[in-house]
Amino acid sequence: MNLDAKIPEGPLAEKWDKHKFNVKLVNPANKRKYDVIVVGTGLAGASAAASLAELGYNVKAFSFHDSPRRAHSIAAQGGINAAKNYQNDGDSVHRLFYDTIKGGDYRAREANVYRLAQVSVNIIDQCVAQGVPFAREYGGLLANRSFGGAQVSRTFYARGQTGQQLLLGAYSALSRQIAYGKVKMYNRTEMLDLVIVDGQARGIITRNLITGEIQQHAAHAVVLATGGYGNVFYLSTNAKYSNATAAWRAHKKGALFANPCFTQIHPTCIPVSGDYQSKLTLMSESLRNDGRVWVPKTVEMAERLRRNEIHVNDIKEEDRDYFLERKYPAFGNLVPRDVASRNAKMMCDEGRGVGASGLAVFLDFSEIIKRIGADGVSQKYGNLFAMYEKITDEDPYKQPMRIYPAVHYTMGGLWVDYNLQTTVPGLYATGECNFSDHGANRLGASALMQGLADGYFVIPYTIGDYLAQTPPKPVTTEHPAFKEAEANVRAQIQKLMSINGTRTPDDFHKALGHIMWEYCGMARTAEGLQHAKQEIQKLRKAFWSDLKVVGVNEELNQTLEKAARVADFLELGELMVDDAYNRNESCGGHFREEYQTPEGEALRDDEHYAYVAAWEWRGENQPEVLHKENLVFENVKLTQRSYK
Amino acid sequence: MAGSNPNAKPMNLTLKVWRQKNRQTQGNIVDYQVRDISPDMSFLEMLDVLNEDLLRKGEEPVAFDHDCREGICGSCNLFINGRAHGPEPGTTTCQLHMRKFSDGDTITIEPWRAEAFPVNKDLSVDRSAFDRIIQAGGYVSVNTGGVPDANEIPIPKSIADQAFDAATCIGCGACVAACKNASAMLFVSAKVSQLALLPQGQVERKTRVENMIAQMDKEGFGACTNIGSCAAECPVGISLENIAILNREFLAAKATSNNLA
Repeated sequence: MNLDAKIPEGPLAEKWDKHKFNVKLVNPANKRKYDVIVVGTGLAGASAAASLAELGYNVKAFSFHDSPRRAHSIAAQGGINAAKNYQNDGDSVHRLFYDTIKGGDYRAREANVYRLAQVSVNIIDQCVAQGVPFAREYGGLLANRSFGGAQVSRTFYARGQTGQQLLLGAYSALSRQIAYGKVKMYNRTEMLDLVIVDGQARGIITRNLITGEIQQHAAHAVVLATGGYGNVFYLSTNAKYSNATAAWRAHKKGALFANPCFTQIHPTCIPVSGDYQSKLTLMSESLRNDGRVWVPKTVEMAERLRRNEIHVNDIKEEDRDYFLERKYPAFGNLVPRDVASRNAKMMCDEGRGVGASGLAVFLDFSEIIKRIGADGVSQKYGNLFAMYEKITDEDPYKQPMRIYPAVHYTMGGLWVDYNLQTTVPGLYATGECNFSDHGANRLGASALMQGLADGYFVIPYTIGDYLAQTPPKPVTTEHPAFKEAEANVRAQIQKLMSINGTRTPDDFHKALGHIMWEYCGMARTAEGLQHAKQEIQKLRKAFWSDLKVVGVNEELNQTLEKAARVADFLELGELMVDDAYNRNESCGGHFREEYQTPEGEALRDDEHYAYVAAWEWRGENQPEVLHKENLVFENVKLTQRSYK
Repeated sequence: MAGSNPNAKPMNLTLKVWRQKNRQTQGNIVDYQVRDISPDMSFLEMLDVLNEDLLRKGEEPVAFDHDCREGICGSCNLFINGRAHGPEPGTTTCQLHMRKFSDGDTITIEPWRAEAFPVNKDLSVDRSAFDRIIQAGGYVSVNTGGVPDANEIPIPKSIADQAFDAATCIGCGACVAACKNASAMLFVSAKVSQLALLPQGQVERKTRVENMIAQMDKEGFGACTNIGSCAAECPVGISLENIAILNREFLAAKATSNNLA
């Protein structure tokens, strides 16, 4: 298979403008003859559905939630980057591009990232026009803050609820198109298969989660905006329902899956407190603007702390090791996420971790509280502090937070070309669902930027190019491919319901999460990955012989929903392990212990691994086939990332 | 420290849970016992324990809505001991922790009760009426592209902050569940205030409030009698002041209606 990224010719800064001129257009009267399916209504899906409907296309949008407003984008806290340079501090499109490429440890495509930086400025304009209440200065203009991996302030925010406000903006635009009848919204409806007719994506099979009804939907093109797969790890900062099913089933129908092992472990999450833990809660990266990360200087002191013999506030300044400030004086507490996470793990591995389990470090706000007072801090981070207190029963105004890294985001995803089209013609992937812009590590406040860039400003152009070359004939579900796909979906449901074993879907999911975290988490080794592969295969076998699901298909059955998603995680997990095993280098969030610098930093191998690893499904229990897209860097020099 | 609190003894609890097969059938309260519940668990984690237990026994788990478990998506919606989202003020069900209960407690768990929120199953209800109210006008009619530079619309910080406070509504429906009239006024007022305060919302200010109120009435929500339970039980602190703004906006719009339809 020839992986053609279809990157436009010409200088980097002109590629997108030229491409927008070169793409074919669908004339306004013809747009209403085309149907587009959008799966997922988070930032990437709602923005795409609304924008495509505004252009005149007929859109069918699908969400497994009871309302599009509940998509997990809503939980994003800290902010959204844009190269506005409102702060006059040296920002530019080129700097945002450069920071993103470098932050991704040189494993992203230059052209895509440059376009992302270009359209970032339009996103802020669009959201403000919608009435999104961003934080403002007293003069009435927009405020900014800084995020990891950048030395400028380019992050726009709405207190600690930026994702909520941006999603409600996109949701309002979507709602308007639903009211106009240009979007037909299907809530509580889950995509369970992709339908391909004559090599083109032509529809999906869905299940109504309330009635169990299986339906066929046809369209001229399908957009997947179904988010990431962090829940493979069971415990993550993802919402409980976040899953990989739509993307994974598209993969099994021919869409290549790129860089599955690139997962982001976020450094500042509330630590695990017990076996019953159902999810992990993020404390926004924005806290690292003002919070200082530290552990006790000695193992002995950390041990006394863990045994509750001393209180954290009794530890003197000279006995604290602000390890990020010490090791990375230039970026300090604002190093990128992968670097911050790995260092927290190193401290805990040395025995200097805190909390009952020893798997936590402190994030301390005493200095900023002294400087601007508790009220001032509450203005900036009030909701985060309150959430922390509710979960831990500790008051972060009085003592430092305890934090530990947790799975947060997946940089990998469906392989897409410059047009965001997957390897299946007519099938597009946007937002976290695709792999395209973040390389091996995503910078903070860039997920919201990418989701909205794809949905508002990229897909409306690129999908037109495809549709213009598709005859405007009505599409129907009459082709036998629909019947066949529906039959497969029904057969799988039947199979899941009939095993009648002893273990619950959550039980299998937890077991998988344990394997993934242990062997394919923050640090990986060839040996560990081989072991993990065998363990996952064993677990998958057990799943298909000992799963327990009760109830019926024909009504709300949350156990059945979960079982189908876990079945997909059990396959995707193995591919992640294969990908991590194949990549004999360390880069960004992928840290292979065998490949590190003497200081313990990720050691890339640009000569052999400056490529996108795109995997092709070959059937149940068959090894997937690796295809490589070589990454060409013409505008940045590949260097060892340094934040010192 | 959480998870290491030496005083945190596990609890045994009696749960009285509303079970209802689907929208068409009648429901009833069923008693369950849960044991060894850690005070550090969230309320939903306690229900996870119950559900895993039921499933292993071959019984159907209790259906309930939830997703982010961070208090922001607005999915979770349990009526606990007669209160929307339970006993702790300013807290969604998912952020309620078991340390707020004591060993031996009996806890009653019901779905939101409102004609406009029919029960799907057990504790899960259909809140699509809220979506239809937003569809009636809860937006600024701008298409993607062609908008002015963000800083060309300066907004006083105090106004931006007030609009933000209204905009934080998570659409969970606790206001409706808490209200004896099952009124949706607090929900509607949050969106109307947000957009009435901001310059971007001025063009459609009158039609918006008229259309949203009309849809609210059509959905079968009750009238507001200024009791204030909605604001008292709102997990994100949407203020009753918004209802005053809504009433003012509605009167002003009606008095000088642009809505010719």
